Amino acid sequence: MADLRTNFVGIKSPNPFWLASAPPTDKEYNVVRAFKAGWGGVVWKTLGEEGPPIVNVNGPRYGAIHGADRRLLGLNNIELITDRPLQINLQEIKKVKREWPDRAMVVSLMVPCEELPWKQILAAVDETGADAVELNFGCPHGMSERGMGASVGQVPEYIEMVARWCKQHTRMPVIVKLTPNITDIRYPARAAMKGGADAVSLINTISSIISIDLDNFSPMPSIDGKGSHGGYCGPAVKPIALNMVAEIARDRETAGLPISGIGGITNWRDAAEFIALSCGSVQVCTAAMTYGFKIVEEMVTGLSRWMDEKGYGTIEDFRSRAVGNVTDWQYLNLNYIAKAKIDQDLCIKCGRCYAACEDTSHQAIMQTKNGKRHFEVMDNECVACNLCVEVCPVEDCITMVQQTSGTDPRTGRKINRDYANWTTHPNNPMALKAAE
Amino acid sequence: MAARVEGIAGNRLDRAQYAKNFADLHPRLTGHEALVEADRCYFCYDAPCMAACPTSIDIPLFIRQISTGHPKNAAKTIFDQNILGGMCARVCPTETLCEEACVREKAEGKPVKIGMLQRYATDELMAEKKHPFARANSTGKRIAVVGGGPAGLACAHRLAMHGHEVTIFEARNKAGGLNEFGIAAYKAVDDFAAREVEFVLSIGGIAVQTGKVFGKDLQLKDLQRDFDAVFLGLGLQGVNALGAEREDAEGIEDAVKYIAELRQARDLGKLPVGRRVLVIGGGMTAIDIAIQSKLLGAEDVTILYRRGAEHMKASSYEQDLAQTKGVKIKHWLQPKRVLTNGRKAIGLGCDYVQEIDGKLEPTGETIEIGADMIFKAIGQTAIDVTGGALALSGGRIVVDAEKRTSVKGIWAGGDCAAGGQDLTVAAVDDGRRAAESIHAHLIS
Repeated sequence: MADLRTNFVGIKSPNPFWLASAPPTDKEYNVVRAFKAGWGGVVWKTLGEEGPPIVNVNGPRYGAIHGADRRLLGLNNIELITDRPLQINLQEIKKVKREWPDRAMVVSLMVPCEELPWKQILAAVDETGADAVELNFGCPHGMSERGMGASVGQVPEYIEMVARWCKQHTRMPVIVKLTPNITDIRYPARAAMKGGADAVSLINTISSIISIDLDNFSPMPSIDGKGSHGGYCGPAVKPIALNMVAEIARDRETAGLPISGIGGITNWRDAAEFIALSCGSVQVCTAAMTYGFKIVEEMVTGLSRWMDEKGYGTIEDFRSRAVGNVTDWQYLNLNYIAKAKIDQDLCIKCGRCYAACEDTSHQAIMQTKNGKRHFEVMDNECVACNLCVEVCPVEDCITMVQQTSGTDPRTGRKINRDYANWTTHPNNPMALKAAE
Repeated sequence: MAARVEGIAGNRLDRAQYAKNFADLHPRLTGHEALVEADRCYFCYDAPCMAACPTSIDIPLFIRQISTGHPKNAAKTIFDQNILGGMCARVCPTETLCEEACVREKAEGKPVKIGMLQRYATDELMAEKKHPFARANSTGKRIAVVGGGPAGLACAHRLAMHGHEVTIFEARNKAGGLNEFGIAAYKAVDDFAAREVEFVLSIGGIAVQTGKVFGKDLQLKDLQRDFDAVFLGLGLQGVNALGAEREDAEGIEDAVKYIAELRQARDLGKLPVGRRVLVIGGGMTAIDIAIQSKLLGAEDVTILYRRGAEHMKASSYEQDLAQTKGVKIKHWLQPKRVLTNGRKAIGLGCDYVQEIDGKLEPTGETIEIGADMIFKAIGQTAIDVTGGALALSGGRIVVDAEKRTSVKGIWAGGDCAAGGQDLTVAAVDDGRRAAESIHAHLIS
C-alpha cells in the first residue's frame, strides 16, 4: 500500500489533497466535514484585515459552462474573500487545528499592500497554531479593484516586497499564490522566490465572462442586469495550470521552488499529473463544489492503486518525473514518425474521424471500402496530427502507432531512428547559418 | 363489470381500467429528458440513422437543434422530409430502422431514442398551431389525390406547398387512413391522427371530399380528364383468406376491421371481446389486435404463427411488448379447421408444421385450442380498382423510383404500390417523392 503522506515545506499532511482557499474552507463546519471525509489539509478561505466585514453581492455569484448532460466543465465566480469577522475565523482555525493536528492548516491572507497590515495579521494567525500562510495575490475580481489580489500578483516587485515582509514577520512557511492573468508566469514566481517565499501555489482563477444572457444582454452571473468579470476555474483550466506549473518547474531560476498545484484537479489522475510536474501538494476546489467532499475517497484510493501498480512507494518516488520531458518545440524529434490506426473491432462507424480529417485536416481517412461504410487511415496522407484520436467517442479505438522501419509512405523518406530536431533541420535558416 | 364472462362480451372492465389500459404507451419526454437524451447523439458523419430512415430525415441535425434549445427548429427539419413526422415518431418501428442503425446501438446496445426525440420536437411545434410552411404562388394546376392516408396526405401537402390546388378523395368519412383506422390505439392517443390531418391541411390549398369510393363513386378516366395529374394512395382493400375449414363461423373476425372499430369507439365497453382469444398471424396487425384484446379485458390471448419468432414481421421489440402485456405467442402452428358448436366458433384445430426445403410441412402432430374469438391478422391484399388501366405486379400498382405508374399523368404510392414496405413512414416517402415528380412534370 502506497504511502501518500507529504511534507510540503514543513507542512505535513496524510495525503497531498488539500482544499483550496474558497467557499468550501470558509468556516469550521465545512472544514470539519472535509477532514471527516478524508481531506489531507485545507487552505482556509482568505482572511482580510480587521474591520467592518467584507460585503458580497446578494445575487448570483457563480456561472458555469457545461458539457454533455450538464457536466460542469468550467465555473466562474464573483465572490470576495471571507465575509465573516476576522476574530471568529481565527478562533475557528485555532480550534480545528487543535482537534485535527495531523491535517495541514494553511491560512490564506489578503490585506492592503503595506507592511503594517501584513505584520498585524501574521501575528494573529501565528497565534492560531496554523501550519503556514498563503498570500492571495491571485483573485482577479472585486478585491483587485481595491489594489489587492491579482493587482499585486501582476506586479513582480510588489510580490517580492510583500513576500519579504511576511518572511520577516512570521515563523510560518510562506506560500505565494500566483495569478495566471499575466503573460509570463515565470516573472512573478521568480519575484516570490527572491522575496524569500518558501513556495508558490498556482493557478488562481482566470479573468472571465462566462456567458451573456441573450434576453437582457447582461453578462452572467447577472446582478440586476449587470455583470462584472469573474474568476474562472474547474476542469477547463487544468491545461493552463499544468503549463504554468511546468514553466516554473523547468525555469533555471525557479527550478526546485516548491509548488502547490491548483487548477481543475477533479480526480486522482489530474493530481498525479500535477505531482509529476513537481507539485508537492495539490489543491482542489471546483470538483468539491460540484460533487461534495466525498470525491477525496476516489482521489486517495485511485492515486494509491496507481502508485501500487507502478511500484511507487511514496509521492516522492514519482514527483517531478515529467519535468525533464517538458521541452521547447525546437527540441522535439522531427524524425519521430507515427500514423493513426483505427481498430476495426472497436470502431462503431460514427464517422466523426472522417468528418474531422476530411473537412478540417489532411484528407487521410477513407469512408468506404468495397462499397461499405468503413473508416480506415491512409498512411500516405496521415501526418499523425491526432485529431481523429481526440474526436473519436470510443476509448482506444484510434491510436497513434510509431513507425520504426521502412519508409514513411507520405513523404517517401526512409524512417531514421536517429534523433534530429529543428535546430539542425536543413529548412531552418538559423541552423544553416550555424553550420557555416 | 364482467371480467370473466364466458364467450364474447363487452364491459369486461370498468371505465378507469379502460382509460388506464389505453393510455399513451410511451408518454412524451419532458424537456429535461429530451436534453439528456439529445446529449447522447454523436452527430455522426453521413449518419447511419439517416440512411436507415425511409424519409431520410436529417436526424443528427434535428437532435443538435433540440440540444441547443430549439426543438421547433428540430421539428422543421423533420417536417421538411416528413410532414407526418409526428405520427411516424409514434408508430415507426424505430428498433428496426433509425435506432437499429444508431452507432450507440453498436457501441453499448442502447441507441439514442430517436423516435422519442422526434415526438418531443414535433409535439412542441404542433402545439403552436402555426403551420411551419408557406405555399408558393399559385400555379393554377389541379391534382387529384385518391386516398387520404399517409401517402395521400404527404403527397397533397407537398403539392400544396408548391402552389398547386389539390383535392383529396377519401372513401371513408374522414381522412387519415391507417393512422386513423389502423395502428394500435395506445400509440396515437388524444385523437392525434385527426389533429395531424388538421395540421397537414392547415397549409391551405387542399380540399377533402369524403365518402368517395374509388371505382364506384369515382372513375380513373374522369379524374384524368378533370385534373392535371392523379396520385393514387389507395391502400389495400382485400383480406387474405385463412384457408381453414369453417372459416365463416361466428366469432371469426378480421383484425383490421375490428381495429378500425376500436379506433373509432367512444366507449370501449361497447366493444365485445372474447374471454379466450386466438390471433392468427405474425405481423404488426397480429401484435396490435392481440395486445388490444388483452387491454379490452380478454383473459387469455394467444398468437398463433406458422413459423418461428425470427420469421415474424413484427419486430422483436413488438413481440416482447406483446408478451409483457400478457400475450402468449405459439410458433410453428398452421390452422386447419375452426372447431364449432352450432354456428359458433369454439376453437381451432391446428397442425404443427416444420420447414423442409423452404416449404411448410405438417409434422403429423396436431393440437386443438379452445377460444371464443379468433382474429385473422394474416395480411391484406390488393384488389384492382383501376379496372385494368394500370400495370400491376402481385396485384399492386407498378411504379418507378419517382412513383410514376405505367400511365402518363398517374402516380401511385403507399401500400397500393408494388415494392412497398407496408410502413407509414414508407408511404409518406412515396407521397412526397410522387409530389416532387408531379411538380417537376407540371412546371416543365
